[in-house]
Amino acid sequence: MSDAALRPATGFRLPGLSALGPLLALILLIVLGAFLNDNFLSQGNVTNVLARSAFIGMIAVGMTFVITSGGLDLSVGSMAAFIAGVMILAMNALLPAMGVGVPLILLGMAIALAVGLLAGLTNGLLVTRAGIEPFIVTLGTMGIFRSLVTWLADGGTISLDFAVRQLYRPVYYSGLFGVAWPILAFALVAIAGQVAMRHTRFGRYCEAIGSNDKVALYSAVNVDRIRLLTYVLLGLLVGLATIMYVPRLGSASGSTGMLWELEAIAAVIIGGTALKGGYGRVWGTVVGVLILSLIDNILNLADLVSPYLNGAIQGVIIVLAVVLQRGKSAA
Amino acid sequence: MSTEAAPVLELRDVRKSFGPIEILHGIDFALRAGEVHALIGENGAGKSTIMKILGGFIAPTSGEVRLDGRPAPYASGAEAEAAGVVVIHQEFNLAPDLTVSENIWLGRELGRVFLDHRAMRAGTQALLDQLDSHVRPEARIRDLPVSDRQMVEIAKALARKARVLIMDEPSAVLTNREVEVLFRQIDRLRAQGVALLYTSHRLEEVTRLADRVTVLRDGAVVRRALRGELTEDGMATAMVGRDLQDIYPAKRHHAGELALEVRGFSVPPLVEDVSFTLKRGEVLGISGLVGSGRTELAEGLVGLRPASGEMRRGGVPVRIHTVREAAAHGMAYLTEDRKERGLLLDKTLRENLTLSTLPRFGAPFLSTEREEAALTRAIADFDIRAPRRDMRVGNLSGGNQQKLLLAKTLLSDPEIVIIDEPTRGIDVGTKSQIYAFIDALAARGKSVIVISSDMPEILGLSDRVLVMRHGRLAGELAGERISETAIVRLVMGTAEEAAKEPTHV
Repeated sequence: MSDAALRPATGFRLPGLSALGPLLALILLIVLGAFLNDNFLSQGNVTNVLARSAFIGMIAVGMTFVITSGGLDLSVGSMAAFIAGVMILAMNALLPAMGVGVPLILLGMAIALAVGLLAGLTNGLLVTRAGIEPFIVTLGTMGIFRSLVTWLADGGTISLDFAVRQLYRPVYYSGLFGVAWPILAFALVAIAGQVAMRHTRFGRYCEAIGSNDKVALYSAVNVDRIRLLTYVLLGLLVGLATIMYVPRLGSASGSTGMLWELEAIAAVIIGGTALKGGYGRVWGTVVGVLILSLIDNILNLADLVSPYLNGAIQGVIIVLAVVLQRGKSAA
Repeated sequence: MSTEAAPVLELRDVRKSFGPIEILHGIDFALRAGEVHALIGENGAGKSTIMKILGGFIAPTSGEVRLDGRPAPYASGAEAEAAGVVVIHQEFNLAPDLTVSENIWLGRELGRVFLDHRAMRAGTQALLDQLDSHVRPEARIRDLPVSDRQMVEIAKALARKARVLIMDEPSAVLTNREVEVLFRQIDRLRAQGVALLYTSHRLEEVTRLADRVTVLRDGAVVRRALRGELTEDGMATAMVGRDLQDIYPAKRHHAGELALEVRGFSVPPLVEDVSFTLKRGEVLGISGLVGSGRTELAEGLVGLRPASGEMRRGGVPVRIHTVREAAAHGMAYLTEDRKERGLLLDKTLRENLTLSTLPRFGAPFLSTEREEAALTRAIADFDIRAPRRDMRVGNLSGGNQQKLLLAKTLLSDPEIVIIDEPTRGIDVGTKSQIYAFIDALAARGKSVIVISSDMPEILGLSDRVLVMRHGRLAGELAGERISETAIVRLVMGTAEEAAKEPTHV
């Protein structure tokens, strides 16, 4: 018996069926989409789907780490709106001094990342230092960020100066080698996230803490610091997503980023990360994000079902994904 | 006992496989009314699997479970309980946020539309009184120490009016006094005609309680005996399959220079003003009752609890606030609670082994090959028996979990190792292996502190013994002065009176 155990596992082992489930669902959706509409696989549509997935996608990758370490962040949607509002206001205010130019936009981006970092730090400190449940903390900050942006916009919309918007537009609409910038950014974040989760101490500690934080503490893991880092990382990624999002519409309002938090959490869960923590799968999250966007896209392209039922179908998928995963792990 | 009563619950040629691995190879086993049947064997011999099959939690791959001579009519633990077959698990089946009373009546609450709280509380109190337990029916399980939880678990089984009662190491976490109460209840149930299955690693308990003994080894029955047919030595030999000489290593060595000096050390709210020294190459035993502050002292030393006082490592004053700082000063602590604080049960062996020393396995990217190599070494060095090396640690037997936890703790090569309850719930064969590991550590010049409730263990391992009582040091014994009576006196606090009135001794 121990002889078998002495041999290190060799070769690449295929992930189990439950791990491949979301991937199969994604492939099924692509086949279905191609079958229903000739335009579905056109470059225009693919770029459109991926670019729209990118915002939620970057946030969802950060969310994967938060959830894996046993936390949760409900504030990301309103955080994005808040960051967008502050960023646009700052750029408008600096415009007379700096003029329209690349430095202004770079400064705006830096401000977005800094606000994201601070927002994440606030959530993280309240969870780790004050010892408040993540659900409660982020429910609170969700309301705070949302109301702050509404207040900043005075109930209306904060719009970026027209000239700046023209200069900033390519960050969403253009790209490198025909791949839009948001898609590139999402791809890089996803790859870095996957590597961090599987091959660095940070990822291993996240899983250990989510699995049993007492064991992690007894094993010389700096539990509070890792938890704090997951929220800060998520805040930064929300900032990055906002940088890509602002040039799309050039404005922010009280309804910007509405329900993004639920889409991000849904993508994480569909991808096979355990909601109670302890096991994270970043590539699964990417698949989850794509599944959600494709459903939306297919409903809009095909006349089968009213697009108004989009939410209902996504809801069924979320529940189904969890039921299937549980069924397989119990067997 | 001489008349062969018909079995109440019986296994016939039961086999059980998990995947391709057969765990049980054709077990015949019977429980009879009014009899205590002890099932003993090393960790991983198949006891737990047998109990799970008897209790309806898992089905055998082949063979039969028979209740009252007919195929058992249950397919789940709940159905088995309804049929009068009750299991007291080692992992407690209590809802931590409910009260004692709510747990005891869970699923069989009294009252029609509204709950009859008063009747349930009175019933609970009666059961607890029967068990001589001071636990209040309104107490939440979460707030109770492990030993009280065990008593609640027993009370719950009594409330179920079991015809067959299966007990998985009920005494492992109880104090001596509580064990006495448990034994009285077992005697009472036996007299009432209940069929009892008892397991324990304490063979003297088996000798005292069991009317019938079945010894398991590697998933097969190797010995059946009636009361008085088998000595404790005989049981141990049958379990291990070889002669066990003295399971404790020979007393050794002369201790070296001072490794640790602790002065006026307090861990609020329990531990107060503890001072002691620890030398290189020495095994220092810490004895005392559960709740005397032994674990709190150890956790204070390694930075798991806020503490005050003076600590010197090799003559240099040190302050330790976190486990990382303790590790940096060459100190490591092995917890008594391996399932909740020691190991990640749903992770693999590799992830558990390297968790506390992960920075050594590559930065920024972890090297899986190096981790695998460390695991290969640990499996060989500590004789960890895992059917598959990528399995979850929760599926390992208790003994192998403990060996893995020891490997994990020693991976950082600490100079000072504090081991809290090194062999709780572990079979005698694995015990002697762990004793050998501890001895080897001391022989290599490391300092070992062993905290234990197991008296023979303290006596067999320690060069010096500290005894704790009510959070304070009650005394220190060394060399020839280490004896069971001397320790018990200090533990119980009778030493001072004895000193004042020498004629009473």
